[in-house]
Amino acid sequence: MTIAKSQTKSITQEKAKWMYQKMNEIRQFEDKVHEIFSKGVLPGFVHLYAGEEAVAVGICAHLSEKDYITSTHRGHGHCIAKECDLNGMMSEIYGKATGLCKGKGGSMHIADVEKGMLGANGIVGGGFPLAVGAGLTAKLKKTGGVAVCFFGDGANNHGTFHEGINLAAIWKLPVIFVAENNGYAEATPFEYASSCQNIADRAAAYNIPGEIVDGKDVVAVYEAAERAIERARNGQGPTLIECKTYRNYGHFEGDAQTYKSSEEKQKHLQELDAIVRFRKHLLANGLVSEQELMHIEQNVAEAIEKAVEFAENSPFPTEEELLRDVYVSY
Amino acid sequence: MTRKISFSEAVNEAMKLAMRKDPNVILLGEDVAGGATVDHLQDDEAWGGVMGVTKGLVQEFGRERVLDTPIAEAGYMGAAVTAAATGMRPIAELMFNDFIGSCLDEVMNQGAKLRYMFGGKAKVPLTVRTMHGAGFRAAAQHSQSLYALFTHIPGLKVVVPSTPSDAKGLLLASIFDDDPVIFFEDKTLYNMKGEVDEEFYTIPLGKADIKRQGSDLTIVAIGKQVHTALKAAELLKERGIETEVVDPRTLSPLDEETILASVEKTGRLIVIDEANPRCSAATDISALVADKGFDYLDAPIKMITAPHCPVPFSPALEDLYLPTPEKVLRAAAEIIGDETIVTV
Repeated sequence: MTIAKSQTKSITQEKAKWMYQKMNEIRQFEDKVHEIFSKGVLPGFVHLYAGEEAVAVGICAHLSEKDYITSTHRGHGHCIAKECDLNGMMSEIYGKATGLCKGKGGSMHIADVEKGMLGANGIVGGGFPLAVGAGLTAKLKKTGGVAVCFFGDGANNHGTFHEGINLAAIWKLPVIFVAENNGYAEATPFEYASSCQNIADRAAAYNIPGEIVDGKDVVAVYEAAERAIERARNGQGPTLIECKTYRNYGHFEGDAQTYKSSEEKQKHLQELDAIVRFRKHLLANGLVSEQELMHIEQNVAEAIEKAVEFAENSPFPTEEELLRDVYVSY
Repeated sequence: MTRKISFSEAVNEAMKLAMRKDPNVILLGEDVAGGATVDHLQDDEAWGGVMGVTKGLVQEFGRERVLDTPIAEAGYMGAAVTAAATGMRPIAELMFNDFIGSCLDEVMNQGAKLRYMFGGKAKVPLTVRTMHGAGFRAAAQHSQSLYALFTHIPGLKVVVPSTPSDAKGLLLASIFDDDPVIFFEDKTLYNMKGEVDEEFYTIPLGKADIKRQGSDLTIVAIGKQVHTALKAAELLKERGIETEVVDPRTLSPLDEETILASVEKTGRLIVIDEANPRCSAATDISALVADKGFDYLDAPIKMITAPHCPVPFSPALEDLYLPTPEKVLRAAAEIIGDETIVTV
């Protein structure tokens, strides 16, 4: 199996700007959360997506609100790429009443069903069957929508991987399974925990296409997603795309990351950085000007500052919220 | 000789002593060593679990006996069940008790029932160590206290320690027990320090501990809530009320005798359980006393539990979710018939 590299100039100028903006939103959002968390302001656990921007953005660039995604515990990037509101997201991470989930979900359960974002997930492997269900609805209701299941390399050893992909395959559901192989499940290397060289190799067992992509090349991800989503929308069933990527931060904030070598960190955080590469690509191909890129970066920085301000100035939820929404009927 | 160590260190020490004592004791779970096959990583730099509770075990016992597993709970839990049934004495770490959703079959249908289904021709000396408890802002899927779920299942023993010393003795008893034991560790107790004996010792499963003597009111509290009970007892003492705090320590088997004897002495019962209230340890203990100790009671039984909702993320809501000494005082005021108790 070969790694698909971007070949064509398939991305329109408008789409390119959107992608660059979303990648920057994710990076800056996560860097900001990292900074705030280290001050002890944020409650609970946070798992940051920085470094993996090209995956969420390259895939979600093809999606609209009728399409669904399922996510992982590292869900902020998927939210942003699926156009969830930054203020609502930040507020959720602060546990405030104005959060996307009214402060009841937090970082690990951040969601916005109206945007087609079916939630970050505290359970590894939780997303496979959930995406299958969303794909089933799309097929039965003929919405033309697809469901994308983002999952980590850790989840690819979970039993739900097999059950979910097999179901989607036998029912030819419009589901795209997107592996974000960042090399480590918590502190455990992919090579130790998985009895396969590539996650995409496992597609063969379900008789569906499996494709390996440089997950830090957003154009390559975009193009692979295009093929898979077209297949799904045409009723040809699921595809498994494996994006080889890297997380810039630890498994969770507070992880000393002793299992990572300094060479690999250097390589991924500097040379292979997805945003730097995309920036170069855009300039080299004359898709977006330097000035426009700087404008986007600046706008994003302002939006992130505003999100923090919004979250900090928002009220905490009040007592009546405790028992609300346990059921629909009471 | 005793010295002050943390709850987490006590749990670690129990595992270390058990592994020294019996080569059949193995530990398996996600990142219990950490960084398997990473060349540059020294064993002392390895995680030792997400909370560091198993840190150092891989150094002493090696990766043959301290096994990092893929994130595949059904796989390694099922393997632990039959490893136990075929001659090992495994400790399987289920990182958060909430993850039981991914391996309930292996525990409930396999591990718990093997011995009975096989007409007594099997034993499953398995200990499942698992983290529970709210108050860590860990939200709905990492904060539950699911001990009632396991208590409901015949064949499983259920242990919920509240102090470092109890944790060590109960864990050693669990590991060397021949039945499957689910051992709960409250994540918010890990840093709590207490006097713990250096030696190997066990505390029998099914023996409650009276954490404070009193004659006016009995509080039975589970796990971390023992400390809520003790704080409430201090406040009640200022009002001239002597509270007896009973820590059942194990929910299955349950020391009915100690609970009933205490209620017989005091005539009043409050149960504190931070789990959801329906079909809970709180209702179980209350039903026990209503059934077998009704004549001892001078007032209705009160339960202080979580509300019937998932654990909310927001600190503002999670603080309301958990039992507090103030909630205990309100209940005490009601059953003692003295409203002045709450205006401490």
